[in-house]
Amino acid sequence: MKINKKTIINVIIAVGVYAVVQGLISGGMLSRQMTSLIIPICVYVMMAVSLCLVVGFLGELSLGHAGFMSVGAYSGALFLTHTELPQLPAVLIALLIGGSAAAVFGLIIGVPVLRLKGDYLAIVTLGFGEIIKSIINFMTPITGGAKGLSKIPLYTTYRNFTFVFILTVVVVLLVSNIVRSRHGRAITSIRDNYIAAEAAGIPVSRYKIMTFVIAAFFAGVAGVVYAGNIGILKPVNFDYNTSIEILVMVVLGGMGNIKGSIVAAVILTALPEVLRGAADYRMLLYSIVLIALMLFNNSPIKRAFMDRRNMRQAGRLQKEGE
Amino acid sequence: MALLEVKNLGISFGGLRAVDNLNMTIEEGSLVGLIGPNGAGKTTAFNLLTGVYQPTDGTISLNGEKIVGKKPAEICQSGIARTFQNIRLFSKMSVKDNVKVALHNQITYRLAESMLHLPGYFKREKEMDERAGDILRVFDLEQFSETLASNLPYGKQRKLEIARALATNPKLLLLDEPAAGMNPNETAELMETIELIRKQFQVTILLIEHDMKLVAGICEYLYVLNFGTELANGTPEEVLNDPRVITAYLGE
Repeated sequence: MKINKKTIINVIIAVGVYAVVQGLISGGMLSRQMTSLIIPICVYVMMAVSLCLVVGFLGELSLGHAGFMSVGAYSGALFLTHTELPQLPAVLIALLIGGSAAAVFGLIIGVPVLRLKGDYLAIVTLGFGEIIKSIINFMTPITGGAKGLSKIPLYTTYRNFTFVFILTVVVVLLVSNIVRSRHGRAITSIRDNYIAAEAAGIPVSRYKIMTFVIAAFFAGVAGVVYAGNIGILKPVNFDYNTSIEILVMVVLGGMGNIKGSIVAAVILTALPEVLRGAADYRMLLYSIVLIALMLFNNSPIKRAFMDRRNMRQAGRLQKEGE
Repeated sequence: MALLEVKNLGISFGGLRAVDNLNMTIEEGSLVGLIGPNGAGKTTAFNLLTGVYQPTDGTISLNGEKIVGKKPAEICQSGIARTFQNIRLFSKMSVKDNVKVALHNQITYRLAESMLHLPGYFKREKEMDERAGDILRVFDLEQFSETLASNLPYGKQRKLEIARALATNPKLLLLDEPAAGMNPNETAELMETIELIRKQFQVTILLIEHDMKLVAGICEYLYVLNFGTELANGTPEEVLNDPRVITAYLGE
């Protein structure tokens, strides 16, 4: 195995973040407001990273990611409320069930994915997310309908931070591993030029569906963690607002940038809570910060920075005197 | 048996007969040109051969195997690779990754191996890096491995496209106007490159080209298309002196 500088830095960052947060939790130095943020941040990191695979690497706009999350959350939660297994195996099985159920829905959405693209596909995924929400609403005997599914065992709260943190790291690792493999290159080549990808022997249809299935699986896993933290699920938690929030994270993180998606997910999840002191102006400030960040993302300052980075990469090209 | 055999190939778009009754026989190891005025149906013929369009009639067989009805990716796997008239690179990927995409079906490992970065992943990736490096070296592109494809100068982008096509290990390579937009020096360099890859990769080449110096210089046999139908075929001397061909290009 090749261990380079980047890997070491990533490990140091992950261990550092874990140590600081875990230290603060065990030291009892966090207010309730702060502890209530820890798990949602992990959930949204998983959501953003999985959506990044679809939006950033496959290049298709998906507005129904919260739909996959709800499928995972409900199926995982239903298992948790009915099982008598001890905590750890119960949670692990719930994660698998939640992920697999969501993946099945990812496969179903594969049908329109093969026929549509761009704006059209985005609107279909939006409708798809809403359909899932409606189905959950109608299935009152199983899901509790609009009143919600309650009494879900709280197995993934901030008290289980270690477990949730490891899970998040694993999800991020799996996604970034895919991206740096032959499968990831196939997916990225479809984004860059699907006609050339086909001509180079990439089975485009298979990879499009595969990407949606993988992204849906991880969204389902994130949903189970969400359910085990909040204890009660309502269909409203998974409407298109949530999908769009996740999309905003991916766009803000810079399309196709996993690290960026993680940072954006952390900032955007924490921001509304951090701004709570501003009371009435909270959502106004949130929106202003969002606009400012988006402007910065497209500003000459940032572009100059990125250009310099690209230049360095292409430095040898310059030397050649082209 | 010929490598590629095209019989009575035709396609209609509504009322327009873009290619009609095209017959071609390409022997293994040959270098054949497909020429004709603008709009003659040359690129459409390429799109038929690579499965981008499905022909309305006629057959195409590669080494005796019928390939009509196959998807572009499957045709690529059975041994036909192509470049495009308007360059189609994976512009936001590195030069090396462009070639590695084309190695997708040559060096494989499973999804579990890529998710978990199991030992098989490292072994195969190393093989891929070596193979990609070998191909890039032939095109003198090795020092640009990590450059984004979109940052390459035009002539090198054309070379990279050929390199990528060759990475799929084709029996037949289709080049769609490889010299388009090149100055005479670059064209001369391109001719050398084509001769070189022919020897090194033992590949049969069919190319569309407007540059008659290039066509006369390297092609061994020519097919001429005009208004979707075959106007003439033969050696370059025969074809380029054929009055019908001259009329088609220059008018009465």
